[in-house]
Amino acid sequence: MSDPIKITEKCVFCGACVKACPFGAITQAERKTAPVIDLQKCTLCGSCVVACKFDAIWMKEKTSASIDLSAFKDVWVFAEQHDGDIQTITYELLGEGRKLADSLGMKLCAVLLGSNIQSKSQELIARGADKVYVVDRAELAHFQDEAYGNVLIELVNRHKPNVFLCGASTIGRSLVSRVAVKVNAGLTADCTGLSIDPKTLNLLQTRPAFGGNIMATIETPNARPQMATVRHKVMKEAVASPTRTGEISMETITEILLQSKAHRLKFVPEVESTMNIAEANIIVAGGRGMQSVENFSLLRKLADVLGAGVGASRAAVDSNWVAYSHQVGQTGKTVCPKIYFAIGISGQIQHLAGMQSSDIIIAINKDPDAPIFKVATYGIVGDLFAILPRLTQEFKKVLGK
Amino acid sequence: MRYVVCIKQVPETTDVKINPETNTLMRDGVVSIINPFDMYAIEEGLRLKTMTGGTVTVLSMGPPQADMAIREAIAMGADNGILVSDRAFAGSDTWATSYTLAMAIRKIGDFDLILCGKQASDGDTAQVGPGIAVHLDLPQITYVRKIESIDEKSIVAERLMENGYEVIQSPLPCVLTVVKEINEPRLPSLKGKMAAKKAVIPTWKAVDLNCDPKCIGLDGSPTKVVKIFTPAPRQGGEILKGEPEEFIPQLVAKLKDAVLGAAQ
Repeated sequence: MSDPIKITEKCVFCGACVKACPFGAITQAERKTAPVIDLQKCTLCGSCVVACKFDAIWMKEKTSASIDLSAFKDVWVFAEQHDGDIQTITYELLGEGRKLADSLGMKLCAVLLGSNIQSKSQELIARGADKVYVVDRAELAHFQDEAYGNVLIELVNRHKPNVFLCGASTIGRSLVSRVAVKVNAGLTADCTGLSIDPKTLNLLQTRPAFGGNIMATIETPNARPQMATVRHKVMKEAVASPTRTGEISMETITEILLQSKAHRLKFVPEVESTMNIAEANIIVAGGRGMQSVENFSLLRKLADVLGAGVGASRAAVDSNWVAYSHQVGQTGKTVCPKIYFAIGISGQIQHLAGMQSSDIIIAINKDPDAPIFKVATYGIVGDLFAILPRLTQEFKKVLGK
Repeated sequence: MRYVVCIKQVPETTDVKINPETNTLMRDGVVSIINPFDMYAIEEGLRLKTMTGGTVTVLSMGPPQADMAIREAIAMGADNGILVSDRAFAGSDTWATSYTLAMAIRKIGDFDLILCGKQASDGDTAQVGPGIAVHLDLPQITYVRKIESIDEKSIVAERLMENGYEVIQSPLPCVLTVVKEINEPRLPSLKGKMAAKKAVIPTWKAVDLNCDPKCIGLDGSPTKVVKIFTPAPRQGGEILKGEPEEFIPQLVAKLKDAVLGAAQ
């Protein structure tokens, strides 16, 4: 098999491609020789092709579309619900989906799956949906990968959406990964930016990779729907307008699609905290500097006063001061709250990867060189045990609690 | 019981640095490791094998040097490994990757449980595990934090959700993706290291897997990366100095509106 990318004789040895390669896959031994592409490192991202001013890099073209892309219309949003409650991520998707639908001149549709769920359609319409596809069946009372997946696959094949957005939640990521494979769609995970390319009308999907060290913009030129999961708290929620009207389409689904091989036996809610930190607007997080499980309660007091979720660094979780579901960072959750308190957290890169896109970061640490201060909006160098109770007290006073 | 663990070799991301002159990721000299989440998958495979008997096969798709990741898994106790490597796979996105791994698992033929980490630390997609399940038409349990029981026919596992956990029963074969909470990966043993050194690791190419050329590499990948850039680094802000009695009220006053706004 011939190489999928080559530097041709048009090359003038300028070295622009060497600099452009984000993966360090192109090297140039000396100034007057052609650069060499290491195919083991190359991901065929095409950055070098764009950077080359002499049209000297040839890259294999993808086989073009074998389907009629114009048959795919509308922007869809998966309406995630837990026990009948529409999750806030859905409203964020509707807010963003509205903009995309308007720039494409298409309808914004929500897909609502559940049991006794039809009455929730109006909430979705109020938040901007022009049309709601509803599948209301007892078998869909709670999330099941196979049944939910089968139903979405059927609806996509039936109605052919152009864009399909879903929250990058546990459910969303498990679910649409199945759907995308089955309908031969491209799927981009955990997007933090979406827009429409004005020329091609393709969806441009921007997402962090390498723990946020690089950003990549991805498109799906030859397949539809263009599917993406979207990170919590990045997009603005659509504002509800209760008088808004829209269409509700009750969809029939054959029995066999509702069957699942895997079954949920039970659900056990977390007792420690009811706050899902991925959804929290404020997070108070503690690290190694908290020193003990007892001291962690100091931090919970501040969280209570602020109505905040409790987060933790890996060190705190590994010491069993707090459950793993609270871990923020590369091996835990990625969060994007309005305010993030990092208390006794030094700010290792793995932790920063999970929280550095928070709007406001407040760091308290006794080490003035702690890396957390490099990302903190407000930094306090000092003894957290002296500062934290005072901070809690002051918030209590100011917030009138 | 036959356990197949899918692993990925990734750069040790703590070492990923950005070249300030060229503004690109410097990967030279970066140590390659097994994706941290896959370490938990390997460990869980080994634990299950101890309980039920059987074999643990490690499967990795990547460049020839991913062979090292497989050897590391053998050093931990895996019985054997297979490398799926071919230039024809270059440019694979999660669609093509899950297809290719599924074809390799088909070729392995006899398996009861497929274990994956919840996601890779470089791409962070969490899409390949469920993708494999769909390509093989199998049920899946994602974000597994504990396996409660397993027998020849079925498995019961706890799946971590945002607000608690679910207990899910699935018939075998099935695909699991695991989170960190599930176990503590062991260190390689001396005996394991010897085995890893001696192990013969077959390399399967696209032709060996009977892959449809339209479904692999660039052609099999619906998504295309059009731009890669470095986000503007976050700037450090204000360091509050002086006496806590002074700066705490100042800080709280600054944050008050944001806190009230966030509460809505």
